[in-house]
Amino acid sequence: MAQEHRRILITGISGTLAGELARRLERDERVAHLVGLDTREPPVDLERTELVRADLRHPLIARVLEAHRIDTVVHLALVSTPSRVGGRARMKDHNVIGTMQLLAAAQRARTLRSVVLRSTTAVYGSHPTSPGLIREDAPVDDERRGGLTHDVVEMERYARELRRQRPDVGLSVLRFASVVGPSIDSVLARYLALPVAPTALGYDPRLQLCHERDAVEVLVRSTLDPVPGTFNVGGPGVVFLSQALRRLGRPTVGVPPPLARPVAWLARRTADLDLAEDQLPFLQFGRVGDLTRLRTVLGYEPRVSTPEALDDLAASGRIAPTIDADAVARAERALRALLPDDERAGTASGGSA
Amino acid sequence: MSEADVIDLDGRRRGPGDGARCGAPTTTGRPCRNRAGPTGYCRVHEPDPGDEPPHDPGPAPDAPDPDVAPGDEPRAIARHGPRGVRGHPARGSRGRPGATPATPRSSREAVERFDRIAPPGRPAGARAGRARAPWRGQAATAPPTDAPTDAPPTPLAPTPVAPGADGRADAGDAQDASAWDANDASAWAAGDAGSWSEAASEALAFLRRRLTGDYAVDPLGFDRELTEQVMLPLARPLYRDWWRVRALGVDRVPPAGEAALVVANHAGTLPFDAIMTKVALHDEHPDQRHLRELAADLALRTPVLGHLARKFGDTLAHDDDAEWMLRRGDVVGVWPEGFKGVGKRYRDRYKLQRFGRGGFVQVALRTGAPIVPTAIVGSEEIYPMIGDVRVLARLLGTPYFPVTWTFPWLGPLGLIPLPSRWIIEFGEPIDTSAYGPEAADDAMLVFELTDRVRDTIQQMLYRNLMGRRSVFL
Repeated sequence: MAQEHRRILITGISGTLAGELARRLERDERVAHLVGLDTREPPVDLERTELVRADLRHPLIARVLEAHRIDTVVHLALVSTPSRVGGRARMKDHNVIGTMQLLAAAQRARTLRSVVLRSTTAVYGSHPTSPGLIREDAPVDDERRGGLTHDVVEMERYARELRRQRPDVGLSVLRFASVVGPSIDSVLARYLALPVAPTALGYDPRLQLCHERDAVEVLVRSTLDPVPGTFNVGGPGVVFLSQALRRLGRPTVGVPPPLARPVAWLARRTADLDLAEDQLPFLQFGRVGDLTRLRTVLGYEPRVSTPEALDDLAASGRIAPTIDADAVARAERALRALLPDDERAGTASGGSA
Repeated sequence: MSEADVIDLDGRRRGPGDGARCGAPTTTGRPCRNRAGPTGYCRVHEPDPGDEPPHDPGPAPDAPDPDVAPGDEPRAIARHGPRGVRGHPARGSRGRPGATPATPRSSREAVERFDRIAPPGRPAGARAGRARAPWRGQAATAPPTDAPTDAPPTPLAPTPVAPGADGRADAGDAQDASAWDANDASAWAAGDAGSWSEAASEALAFLRRRLTGDYAVDPLGFDRELTEQVMLPLARPLYRDWWRVRALGVDRVPPAGEAALVVANHAGTLPFDAIMTKVALHDEHPDQRHLRELAADLALRTPVLGHLARKFGDTLAHDDDAEWMLRRGDVVGVWPEGFKGVGKRYRDRYKLQRFGRGGFVQVALRTGAPIVPTAIVGSEEIYPMIGDVRVLARLLGTPYFPVTWTFPWLGPLGLIPLPSRWIIEFGEPIDTSAYGPEAADDAMLVFELTDRVRDTIQQMLYRNLMGRRSVFL
């Protein structure tokens, strides 16, 4: 559907990704009309985006869709942490009920042609029984534990319901890995910025990160040239959590898993870190999505790998290393100087890396 | 399996031997109860016709008898060895169990026999004995003319790799040791006196990289540096000095960049066999290949071990992961017996358990990767499990709670594995690409290939068991 004169609605326009997406779409001449929906102002200056201050659950939505003859809905209003909206109950209201209402309105909008849903790889949960690279057709985590996973599973279910009612509407579900970047504030970024990071003792999950540049690029593409289907979106490669923390120069302290909940509570109270209980298994087992479909079906090759995204996060200056990599290198050089017969040391250390 | 085979099978069922049973010893230890065909055996245990293996692609799983050459030693084996063990009953003897006095009643007895058997007339020197022993002759040193000319292509017939294996087998431990030294030279743990400062500075660089996270892992978590510099050096003394592993046919694993699925028997209460196979493939393969093993979720769930297993190249035994690695050209290791194999009693040693549901065959078919049947001898004796405390196992959430001769009676001392001598033999690869990827949905073919791999491994096990002088020496 690469037609001209697109009329696009973006929900959750106050988010960083949504704001960046709107900026990119504004510059595109194929976009005739752009509407942003949220209860708050977007953080960036938008020129020709019409802002509608409303909650997703407001009946106004149906009228907005109709009055603006929207053909594409980009649903980015995903609340991933309870503290942002003041509690888990309200988070669920926002995510599940909001999506339900939006999609109900979308079902009746005659002009609608495609829906882009922002989801996350949290739909798979974090289990030792998940494959190392989770494909999109893997079963979602249906354990009724509540939390983000539960919300996202429900949201996707409503989206698929719409797809059944309206076969003429294309549905793209984008399951993002943890999105990081210089301008993104996320739980993971805050966790990585703790002076001493509590980790699950005896566990070391693999992390998959999605750089904000890739995230925005995939959103732009899915909005303008929608490819129906479900896609994991993330950077190639993984880092272990321990490795990530070492790269960022963070000392760690192992917390036995039975004590994880009290420690998470402590982090919520003292460090402004909303480590939701339902996401604690993530720190044990992690999850990594398989990117084959992103590459072959959506035709997008991620530009920033997971280690590069992590380095970018480190370079953004928000995380001051507690253990400095240069200091480690200096210590190494100092110790090496103590060794006799030093002339071959340089080549030796280069050879085995 | 072609339709002709099926009809053939039915034809034999109604054949002249109607009513008679085959009686060949099976892997479960009981005589085979299939109806016997005209040859006196059922179709499974029937001697090879000698012209055409039953399945076209790939070599036949069945080894020819090692005792076909009319020498003294083979005959000794023929007299002592149980028939099931040698792949097939002796041609033409047509003996039922009991017809020959030396035929064991069960495969357990058979195994015990192997533990004792020393072919008469064998020189005292272990190395020379090894080289002259019939099983060795077949496995590595026999020139092609020794093999019966009418025999089907066999997993053990000398192949282009034979000269290499030959030299290694003949030279024995000394050469093996030098090979190890060559490997160690690149490691920071090298004990060479002249280069200790170099080693120390490498160690420092290694420590710096680890401390600053400056290393790469693959998407499944395989950390090559950690594996090569920590795990393999730690496992090498076990491999070399404790279990004195002999790796045979490593060259049958394809060169770097080519996928293969190594399928092996699983035993020993704790999965040391997986670690040793990893060491064997890395240290003895010309391309120093890394074995990517498929592990149970219990292993990946376990604290510490779980993430270490990932870093050492393991991942969950899941079709998606296995396929991903095979498509990339990795060597993937799978232990289809799973906990049934590793947690079986000592009395069941070297009896292959059920081979899962054939998922590994489906993955191999889909990716066209060859299956390398692999037999590990020695792993059964490291922790002879004489009992299983079910209640404790349930409490701990483990599949079994082993009781061995030393554990838990001696406490932590009971965790020391017995120093059995190991043989890891990589068999002739079974080609799967000829079937095409859609064959993965052909359940019968999958069963058949699964059985074939299982049979091949069982035969290799028996042959190598026969070949060993004793469990520990």
